[in-house]
Amino acid sequence: MASTTAVDVVMPQMGVSVSEGTITKWNKQVGDSIEADETLLEISTDKVDTEVPSPASGVISEILVQEGETVNVGTVLARIGGEAGASAPAPPAEPVPEPATQPAADAANAAASEGQTVSSDAQPLSPPTESASGNGKSFVSPVVARIASEHGIDPTQVPGTGTGGRVTKKDIQAFIDAGAPIKASEPAPAPVAPADTPAPAHTAPVTPPAAPTSQEPQAPGQAPGQAPGVGEQFEPMSAMRRGIADHMRRSLDTSAHVTSAIEVDMSKVVQIREKLKKEYTAAYGVNPTYLAFIARATAETLRDYPWINGELRGDKIVTRNYVNLGFAVELADGKGLIVPVVKNAETLNLLGMAKGIADVAKKARDKQLTPDDVVGGTFTITNPGGYGTFHGTPVISQPQAGILGTYAIVKRPWVITDDNGADAIAIRSMMNLTLTYDHRLVDGALAGRFLRDLRERLQTWGEADY
Amino acid sequence: MAEKTYLQAISDGIRGEMRRDKRVFVLGEDVGVYGGAFKVTLGFQEEFGAWRVIDMPLSETAIVAGATGAAIMGMRPVAEMQFADFVSCAWDHLVTVAAKQRWRAGTPVPIVLRLPSGGGFSGGPFHSQNPESSFAHIPGLKCVCPATPEDAKGLMIAAIEDPNPVLFFEHKHLYRRIKGEVPDERYVTPIGKARTHQEGDDVSVITWGAMVYTAEEAAQQVDASVEIIDLRTVMPWDKQAVLDSVRKTSKVIVLHEDTRTGGFGGEIAATIAEEAFEDLDAPVRRIAAPDTPVPFSPVLEKAYIPQVDDVVRGLKELISY
Repeated sequence: MASTTAVDVVMPQMGVSVSEGTITKWNKQVGDSIEADETLLEISTDKVDTEVPSPASGVISEILVQEGETVNVGTVLARIGGEAGASAPAPPAEPVPEPATQPAADAANAAASEGQTVSSDAQPLSPPTESASGNGKSFVSPVVARIASEHGIDPTQVPGTGTGGRVTKKDIQAFIDAGAPIKASEPAPAPVAPADTPAPAHTAPVTPPAAPTSQEPQAPGQAPGQAPGVGEQFEPMSAMRRGIADHMRRSLDTSAHVTSAIEVDMSKVVQIREKLKKEYTAAYGVNPTYLAFIARATAETLRDYPWINGELRGDKIVTRNYVNLGFAVELADGKGLIVPVVKNAETLNLLGMAKGIADVAKKARDKQLTPDDVVGGTFTITNPGGYGTFHGTPVISQPQAGILGTYAIVKRPWVITDDNGADAIAIRSMMNLTLTYDHRLVDGALAGRFLRDLRERLQTWGEADY
Repeated sequence: MAEKTYLQAISDGIRGEMRRDKRVFVLGEDVGVYGGAFKVTLGFQEEFGAWRVIDMPLSETAIVAGATGAAIMGMRPVAEMQFADFVSCAWDHLVTVAAKQRWRAGTPVPIVLRLPSGGGFSGGPFHSQNPESSFAHIPGLKCVCPATPEDAKGLMIAAIEDPNPVLFFEHKHLYRRIKGEVPDERYVTPIGKARTHQEGDDVSVITWGAMVYTAEEAAQQVDASVEIIDLRTVMPWDKQAVLDSVRKTSKVIVLHEDTRTGGFGGEIAATIAEEAFEDLDAPVRRIAAPDTPVPFSPVLEKAYIPQVDDVVRGLKELISY
């Protein structure tokens, strides 16, 4: 055959902390030909959804992972070229650590020169395992093996961040700290010296218990595989859904959520927006949305409230001289939510803010977000008002201290003071804002002052204010 | 407390013991009139006289043999080799007589042999070596390798007090480059106790001598919490401190300036593998000089002696492992 070496397509590493991804769609099938960099499939991870380009040109000889399946980073998903079933090593699609090849080559060179190297220390670390077979997860270091045995954990169930996905000591400790299932019926075994006959209970892989045994919630995706009841249907959970589920639960377990609401007279903003809309759309192709006005006023107000733009980190309070605004964006299919971040929002004027929000929202809907686009937020705005809701209690995006909810702008009769100083009822464009804050850091009075100042900025918005 | 150079601290340690104990005397090539090749004993002859600061003939054999004889007769000689490299001339007296006398005849041999060692200044193959592992391998000898001025003084006093032959490896590159607070009063730094140069959680570097500073600089360049253990003495060495650190971090680099094969790092790595196997999360990594004589050329010498970059690379490999 023309190409005897097949090229592997592997699950790419989308961000440092991402350990697995779900195939959402294959754009090609076995037998189809594809060009290098042409989109081969779409994947979903707990951070982003993205398209995976083909690492090579050729004919797709194998598809090894089907749509809907979730696999670890580094797993071979498909092969291009070669003969079906041939499994020659090949460069991965993304710079995924490939422990076997380079150190092996180095070792070969070192052996060839019989140690007569001039550099002070040329001996490379040997690869963790014969990882040609997979992603390196199969190698378990002595300390990981011991900890796994002591806690009755199956190390293959632990997400690995080491070379080739190897489970490091830190990984397994984090897994335990996060409430890994410990043998429920037995007391935690004390560290034991290696015995000739290890107790099987300690070494056997432990599957999660059938029912949650503590307040640690069972991740929904790991629910025991019973058949659906009458009239029920099962639907696979995407990695993003699972990520959202975990994050929401963790946030409620972490922060002391309190919500305060305020009513804002948006009449001035409505009026100014009408004027600017034509100008901005014609000159810059950008729609100055209400959200942009609110975001601009929020960034400005946050300057005076560093704790609301802050974070509790251990026993320290973190404050910042910048504002990275996250915006909750619903995905097109209605089955997920992502929070892209507009960085350094404090430097943006109204036009810049409108453009920044439009850019990240478009990227989110087109699945073009990179991991960098969704990290580093210092405060979040969520905007469920488009559907007419007038109140809500959003969940804080960890590790931030607050989230602003914006709701429908509706015309309401409102008591105002007229030019003669008399009370009158007027028709005003009113909007509710909520600030949900972490009471561990932010007290109610502070939140109230923040909302008051934010309202003041919006109600007194002048034409010259940007 | 005063800030002193490493060299001053060594000098102070010897001078203090000579004032305190009449049995202590200095001998070596040019140690008297000239004050020593590196001026460690400058002014000693004026203070203590030519009988306690003896200029010896150009014979390391005579110096070590003379010191051994004097020690057997109850004296506390501090002998200087101009360069550690030259001690090979005295191998027989040191290894066959001084190291074994106590086991053979029960006679203590309290000599201190000062060995200016280490490279980094284009001294070439005869003036740059770190031969501590050769002597650490000889039962009956002790080998100390201080890294700080405070330890240099405290270990010198400990070496003079010790009833066994002690080889005092003083790193030439540290002599005037490293300064630190040194207590004025007399104190003893125990032989066989390591010092935690800096605490860390992610990876341990076990080292001694000038490499302590190489490790420190490298640790500043990586995004991880690095623990640096300064062994201070390689024979006896503080196994417990090393194992404690390995149990904490589970990743370890053994770093030394001596050559790799047969270097003392191999002993440390083997002990870790034997006694802390179940605490390891990565292979034990050695960083050392390659197995060649020390080159003259500054470029080659830099490639030879472990540099900050080499340690940074090693740390990064272990961190990401």
